[in-house]
Amino acid sequence: MFDTLKQIWPSLWPTLAAIGVILTFVPLLGLYMTFIERKLAACVQDRVGPNRVGPFGLLQAVADGIKIFLKEQIIPDHVHRFVYFIAPATSLMAAMFALVVMPFGPVSPEYSEGFRFIVTPGIDIGLMMMIAISSLSAYGIILGGWASNNKYSLYGAIRSCAQFISYEIPLGLSIIGVVAAAGSLNIEQIVAAQGGAFWNWNIFWQPLALLVFFTSALAETNRLPFDLSECEQELVGGFHTEYGGIKFVLFFLAEYTHVVTVSFLTALLYFGGWHFPGLTGPVDGSTGGMLLRAIVLVMKVSLIVAFIMLLRWSLPRFRFDQLMSLAWKGLIPLGLLNLLCVAVVLTLDIPKHFLALTALFVVAGAMISARHLQSTINRPRSEGRLATGINLTESAL
Amino acid sequence: MTIKKLKTVNWGEEPKLGWIEAMYLPAIASGLATALRHVFAGRTTTRQYPEVEPEIPPNYRGVHRLNRDEVGRVKCVACYMCQTACPANCIEIIAAPAPKDDPHWKDRDKYPETFTIDELRCIYCGMCEEACPVDAIELTSIYDLTGYTRKELVFDKEKLLSIYDATANTGKDPIRTNRGTLGPASVEADTASQCPPAPGRGSHG
Repeated sequence: MFDTLKQIWPSLWPTLAAIGVILTFVPLLGLYMTFIERKLAACVQDRVGPNRVGPFGLLQAVADGIKIFLKEQIIPDHVHRFVYFIAPATSLMAAMFALVVMPFGPVSPEYSEGFRFIVTPGIDIGLMMMIAISSLSAYGIILGGWASNNKYSLYGAIRSCAQFISYEIPLGLSIIGVVAAAGSLNIEQIVAAQGGAFWNWNIFWQPLALLVFFTSALAETNRLPFDLSECEQELVGGFHTEYGGIKFVLFFLAEYTHVVTVSFLTALLYFGGWHFPGLTGPVDGSTGGMLLRAIVLVMKVSLIVAFIMLLRWSLPRFRFDQLMSLAWKGLIPLGLLNLLCVAVVLTLDIPKHFLALTALFVVAGAMISARHLQSTINRPRSEGRLATGINLTESAL
Repeated sequence: MTIKKLKTVNWGEEPKLGWIEAMYLPAIASGLATALRHVFAGRTTTRQYPEVEPEIPPNYRGVHRLNRDEVGRVKCVACYMCQTACPANCIEIIAAPAPKDDPHWKDRDKYPETFTIDELRCIYCGMCEEACPVDAIELTSIYDLTGYTRKELVFDKEKLLSIYDATANTGKDPIRTNRGTLGPASVEADTASQCPPAPGRGSHG
């Protein structure tokens, strides 16, 4: 027994260390992202934000954490107790489990000894596993909504279920383009394929895929333009209405973990991962190079996180039919179009940067939808149109 | 003569949705630009309240005080005008004849033996201040009145006088009503000579 342990120890400790890093940093990050989000929200709204606890309010996150741990655990009488308890755990577990195949620093596609910035290096279906696992988090939400035995919670859960199913499709479609270009589902290899000059990054020749991916990934995180499952104005609190204290925090943490996952995926798949102009070569073992690349990756990820937070304060929430038509009439056709173009470019060996022209499809699509919108909205009052949509002239006849 | 169809209702046309606007993506970009501009402009309008106190306008109606005259006596002559005027019935005065033997009080007939104001019942309308003929009761700019019990917010005469002592010299709450030429309590006041009685007022004085 001990001998076996000794034998596998060289390959065991890097995995344990990586798990340790993820298990410590994800809750910490979730805690501090609430703080950063509040600060950013304050900046956007010309306020100051939390500034009382500690210097610049930096300990606010800690205070929030302590407060929420010490809260009374209230379990409503009408809930299905077992499901009620496993729902938040499922939610967070799915969110954290998706991080297993996520390189959070530079990882060489070749297997190497020592500490690696990934829990399971060299998984050939890494990306697929990540998508599969992270869509499990819909389970947590649906279970939570159902167990709450509350109409509004169930509405929120059903909404989010429909939203997840709809947005999985464009998400997958946009990823297939990237996967086809790199010829691998292994995230390390997808990043390695974007090495060299910075115009090899996927964003510069698949901008359409980035747009589709980012939009649908944002919808998967259930965050503000897409947070119909918990919209306060209609559904009280949505699926987490009946949750409080630490169970609520688990849902919350899952959401923030999703944001981190999405940001990492966007950076890795489209923004060249740990590559940067001047830092383009394959991953070497030197500590300095590794550290520099890790910093580059983290910087890219934090910029994307900041962008997601900024989006929250610039865009209003979708109506549910708008949400569905965006996925089915907008993103899925665009995703299919992108896939077709990638296939044509790869099969006929056309220089791949011609693909950047696919961005024009976005403009074309936007123009078509604009034409439609204009024809429905820009009808003069004299035609008898009321805000309710009743046609006065017709009803008078 | 033909009946001319009068246009009596003016419809306000909704602004037309422009081509660019209907495409959404430029609108999203401009929305993000607005948010970013506010992030980097750094003009916060938040007031750091406990550290930085707000500027209270001089006609603010806050906690009451009972003014003193030049010799330090309570200015109030116990005429019950404020108690009568008060719409919330929060003032309660018990009057007593001024001690005639005391040379200190020889120019006064009455004085308030007790003078209590229930600060929680008060609606801060300022009508007591308007009613007072001798400028005895005034509202100050104190806005953050708090207490642990209801009882401690029923202010008696001593408390109201102490508010006068605390606020009279801060500059924030100057004695602001100056028409007190009616009662004997203010005959000797300097303000009497500066401010003659307004027409229709004080003719019976």
